[in-house]
Amino acid sequence: MTTQVAEANTPINPVEPFLRMDRMPHIWCPGCGIGTTVNCFARALTSSGYDLDKVAIVSGIGCTGRVAGYLNLDSFHTTHGRAIPFATGLKLANPELKVVVYSGDGDLIAIGGNHLIHAARRNIDITVVCVNNMLYGMTGGQVGPATPNTAIASTAPYGAFEQPFNLPFLADSCGAVYVARWTSYHVRQMTRAMREAMAKPGFSFIEIVAPCPTLYQRRNRLGDGLDAMKYYKQRSTRKDGASTRDVDIDFQGDIVVGKFIDRERPTFLQAMNHRFTERLGSRYTPYPTGLED
Amino acid sequence: MTVDPKGVLTGHHYLDGDHACCEGALAAGCRFAAGYPITPSTEVVERISARFPMIGGVFIQMEDELASSIAVLGAAWAGKKSMTVTSGPGFSLMMEHIGLAAMTETPVVFVNVQRGGPSTGLPTLPGQADMMQARWGSHGDYEIIALCPNSPQECFDLTIEAFNLSEKYRVPVMFMMDECVGHMTERVIIPKPEELHVVDRKFTSRPPGEYLPYKVYDGWVPEMVKAGDGYRFHITGLTHNEVGYPAMNWQAQEKLVRRLIDKIRKNADEIAMYEEADTEDADVVVLSYGITSRVAMRGVEMARAQGAKVGTLRLIVVWPMPETKIREIAGKVKAIVVPEMNYGQVALEVERLAGGRTQTVLVPHGGGTVHDPEAIARAILEVSR
Amino acid sequence: MSAATQAGAVKKKKKKYQGRIYVDRERCKGCGFCVEFCPFGALELETDYNAKGYHPPFLAHEDKCNGCDLCGLYCPDFAIFSEKIRVED
Repeated sequence: MTTQVAEANTPINPVEPFLRMDRMPHIWCPGCGIGTTVNCFARALTSSGYDLDKVAIVSGIGCTGRVAGYLNLDSFHTTHGRAIPFATGLKLANPELKVVVYSGDGDLIAIGGNHLIHAARRNIDITVVCVNNMLYGMTGGQVGPATPNTAIASTAPYGAFEQPFNLPFLADSCGAVYVARWTSYHVRQMTRAMREAMAKPGFSFIEIVAPCPTLYQRRNRLGDGLDAMKYYKQRSTRKDGASTRDVDIDFQGDIVVGKFIDRERPTFLQAMNHRFTERLGSRYTPYPTGLED
Repeated sequence: MTVDPKGVLTGHHYLDGDHACCEGALAAGCRFAAGYPITPSTEVVERISARFPMIGGVFIQMEDELASSIAVLGAAWAGKKSMTVTSGPGFSLMMEHIGLAAMTETPVVFVNVQRGGPSTGLPTLPGQADMMQARWGSHGDYEIIALCPNSPQECFDLTIEAFNLSEKYRVPVMFMMDECVGHMTERVIIPKPEELHVVDRKFTSRPPGEYLPYKVYDGWVPEMVKAGDGYRFHITGLTHNEVGYPAMNWQAQEKLVRRLIDKIRKNADEIAMYEEADTEDADVVVLSYGITSRVAMRGVEMARAQGAKVGTLRLIVVWPMPETKIREIAGKVKAIVVPEMNYGQVALEVERLAGGRTQTVLVPHGGGTVHDPEAIARAILEVSR
Repeated sequence: MSAATQAGAVKKKKKKYQGRIYVDRERCKGCGFCVEFCPFGALELETDYNAKGYHPPFLAHEDKCNGCDLCGLYCPDFAIFSEKIRVED
């Protein structure tokens, strides 16, 4: 068997039906981890068997915010930080939709942090994929809420000194029913986690640590995207069920990965139906939750 | 046109403007609402939260106005008619998504029960100082439609109209109430469902593959789709082409933004709603809107008692302005007197349209209470001398 | 698995898989993920450049590839994938 250069009669890449190929090549830099996560997401969709006409993807702003625009689904590229409340409206107005929010750490945790914590608290039935490249990529590598201490960023030229968020702990403490962390190195585990999270009723959250070779790795003299991937391989430890309070990420330190939380809790619409039925009886017709048999 | 009778509370009621606005939304077919508490608008969503469970709607109190104002966009793209409700400080936070709604041509209604400002201002007292913000508050260039009711009955009737206009033009519609109208209680007659005029969303009949989300097949406005119907469409706040894909160039900007402006501006006469009285032989016309139009009537009567020949023009749709009508009036009167609860917003547009052919006299008032009718009468008498 | 299919499986000839690699050279940005993480060390980067100036991968060791498609999973640019080709003894 030999290497085949893709031609008209060669088989197409199995992820292509899930992507808007008329928009390729994408904007992401060489060695960026976002494309790998999208690749895994496409494969998670392949194996999940959902009717793709009923899957919607919502992104905010930033490099990962561009994901929505590349997926061949009903896709929404919204405003900075507001993907989750947009997704909330979309899901509540049509619970039949499988709604996935796909965005970055700056978008979801900083400007959108308030929305993240409340969607988790309410247990809105959506999946949030947060690609954590530890800074603001699109705008040139500024320090963010997930930048580890001492890491150099364009607005932290002497190194970051704020306490960063521990994302799984944040999502866990706000009530997310499924919380996992993987890195862009862990492609099979990430794919599986995406599938599990989408199947989980309620608010599921996956953090994916990924390189920003152009701004994080380069500015911190950590090499390129491949060097970051090797670091993830060497320094990641899988601890399923680990207490999320113990999974902080230090600068170039060990990364605890795995599925940390998998629990049951009524979704927003289930709780709403329960309350209204209890109080209003036959005057209330239960609203569809998207979870009916 | 289809009216869901479940949402129509036919009969004679005694309602305040906020509650009447809620009933108007329900009658118009609104089935998703998101809000955040803020005086003096909260009663609208309080009533929605009580009424929606009985008619199959979903209300969610979001964590802030940023969230509320985009949740309603999400619901719109899932196919629901949706609305959010706020007052000045919350309206400031919503600007981001008024811009997104304008750019993505999302039909949605923003209710602003205006209070005194700037900043926290006068939470429980009236103002009309958000009129320019309603028009220009989000960054970039765009057009919206804004309506100003002056009674609880109009809060009902015009909320339906606000939804109708948002559907017809695929534009965010600002429903600009004020604290007085919102908290004033009067008789509100809600007609039978079959007597209501409700505009349905114009979903495309083209199959996936033959449809482009931002191609205008007919008129000014593209046909809409909703998530889940197999169109696999893309919506973005970036400048986009007919496919809906980002297009970062001046040609795409010119084509898109020009149309966003023109679909409203070139239809201004059709969108216009106003009440005109006694302007034929008037020396002075008083132009007003919202609660101030009712206060102004007292001032007009006082001036007439002293011999002034005064006509009135009440704007119901304030944005876009009925430019043709205002130009016509400007050509035949000595002055247009504009009382408003701010220090000159709508008056500036009137002055521009008058174009030096007549005098435009602002009767300003900072809000906190309505105008003293005597101040309006004095202004009329001064210019009619 | 039912008894019938189990019985059938026993009768079948032993299967062997070989891999086939497909590379869209012009899509590649030369990150090297596929080469580094191929579990069998089957890939290498070309010394040639594509139009964008990157070195795309190629199957340097045919016998090592079994078509597991891990390269396809890693590729951030959707430029490579592999498939299993069944070879009957």
